[in-house]
Amino acid sequence: MKNIWTIAKREYDHYFSSPVAYAVAFTILLVLGIIFALNIFYYAQNSFQSFGSAPDVSSITGAFVFMLVLSVPALTMRLVSDENRMGTLELMLTAPVRDAEFIIGKWLGGFLFLFTLIAITLIYPIILNNLVSPGIDQRVMLSAYLGVILISASFLALGVGISAVFSNQIAAFFVTMSTFVFLWWLVGFPAGILPSGGEIFQYLDMKTHFYDSLNVGVINLSDIVYFISLIALGLFTGTTSVEIRRWR
Amino acid sequence: MIKVTGLTKDYGARRAINNVTFDAEQGEIVGFLGPNGAGKTTTMRILTGYMPPTEGEAIVAGYDVVSESLEVRRRVGYLPETVPLYTDMTVFDYLKFMADLRHLPNAEDRVDESIEMVGLTDRASGFIGNLSKGMRQRVGLAQALLHKPEVLILDEPTIGLDPGQVVDVRKLIREIGKERTVLLSTHILSEAQNICDRVLIINKGKIVTEDTPENLQARLVGAERVILRVRGEADDLAKTVSKVKGVESVEARADGAIEFEFAPGKDVRPEVAKIIINEGYDLLEMRPVGLSLEEIFLELTGSESRS
Repeated sequence: MKNIWTIAKREYDHYFSSPVAYAVAFTILLVLGIIFALNIFYYAQNSFQSFGSAPDVSSITGAFVFMLVLSVPALTMRLVSDENRMGTLELMLTAPVRDAEFIIGKWLGGFLFLFTLIAITLIYPIILNNLVSPGIDQRVMLSAYLGVILISASFLALGVGISAVFSNQIAAFFVTMSTFVFLWWLVGFPAGILPSGGEIFQYLDMKTHFYDSLNVGVINLSDIVYFISLIALGLFTGTTSVEIRRWR
Repeated sequence: MIKVTGLTKDYGARRAINNVTFDAEQGEIVGFLGPNGAGKTTTMRILTGYMPPTEGEAIVAGYDVVSESLEVRRRVGYLPETVPLYTDMTVFDYLKFMADLRHLPNAEDRVDESIEMVGLTDRASGFIGNLSKGMRQRVGLAQALLHKPEVLILDEPTIGLDPGQVVDVRKLIREIGKERTVLLSTHILSEAQNICDRVLIINKGKIVTEDTPENLQARLVGAERVILRVRGEADDLAKTVSKVKGVESVEARADGAIEFEFAPGKDVRPEVAKIIINEGYDLLEMRPVGLSLEEIFLELTGSESRS
């Protein structure tokens, strides 16, 4: 356990010395800020017509997870493949660290970084809470943020797993991005087309587990199980592919 | 401390090492000598638990490298060929990170000690990315020494160092080798001759021979060769020496000295010395010339690779 923390801490510190992380953080926060401001502005312009609902936290969290699809691949692409390039993978694999500890540490480091970003976005619900009367629905906010955290953790786990498979960062980036696009947009299509048996695709579709439930304040066990399965799948892929490297 | 039996490793169809067997005791410095691609790094990677062998068994510090890999890794210090460094960290932070992974008590003191051992105290707070190759090599060495390992495995430890640093690092390795087991690889023969108690010559994945540097020389020299030098002109010296019973050949050298050979074990040097003094020469020098390890090495590996 201590090793996981040691590796996570190094990874977390590394993000703060890396331009990629700053670029990602800057872009996410900028886009969220613009969306938030437009929402408020739009509502203020039209509220007298009693048109549309008051802006709530889901407009922020919804945009945030969309940004994750595009930015997490940039955060995870180097996690393991870079160690391979620098030769430090040999150091990690000959240090008294289990392969799983190494992968989980990498994932946790990335997660802590995103968690920091998520924490920063909490200013928007706080501002919102002061603007609208009688304040925002706290339970919806907590549920939506739980969703953001679960999606971040799932994406990062998949990203770490894919980064461990590839020796090259760019390859890792594209495969990670494609995987997210598949899970986010493509996998749900057959559900609407197939006359029967579409439920499995429906279940695999990530956005239904968020937009239709967590983001509007509904916490289902099946959604939680879905995200935890993805985390386990990603970490398992990562650990296995590090083990396979040894045998090559 | 290290016991290797029948170690074999295949990379796909290519056999990198073939039935390698050797051992190393505590307090012994063993040198792995061989041309590039001979299988030195592969063997070391197996011993450090980086990858498992295809066949064979390796016991390091009392533990099996495959089934008890973590125990082995706790007890081994390893400096890989490409020094594994996080260039975005400072020397101190990097070593602290490695010390934490090894769960060292008072990690910071150990880090400071290691930095001092490799002579990088003034660069401890500098970023590794800004260090020269020789300094990076020393950071790598400090990393391998952090936990005072029972077994130290060094892949080309002096590569990229300047001559002064080479001397320092060799001294350091000899110091460590007094109590611990050191296995180092090199293709610099004088280095093996200099630091190692025992040399394993490996070529094309097989151990060709194994002995102390001195014995290797003795074994491979067919006859003992001695250089003899006297004061002044010595035209008749060769003739005088050749009269001694047991001298097999005499050769005058361009610089005025002569070289003579005798069969190993039949030392004729006292007789030669006596006769020279009796003939009235002033003896200046009489020293054996061994085959250098270079020549031995070429003899052992060269004929095979040329064929």
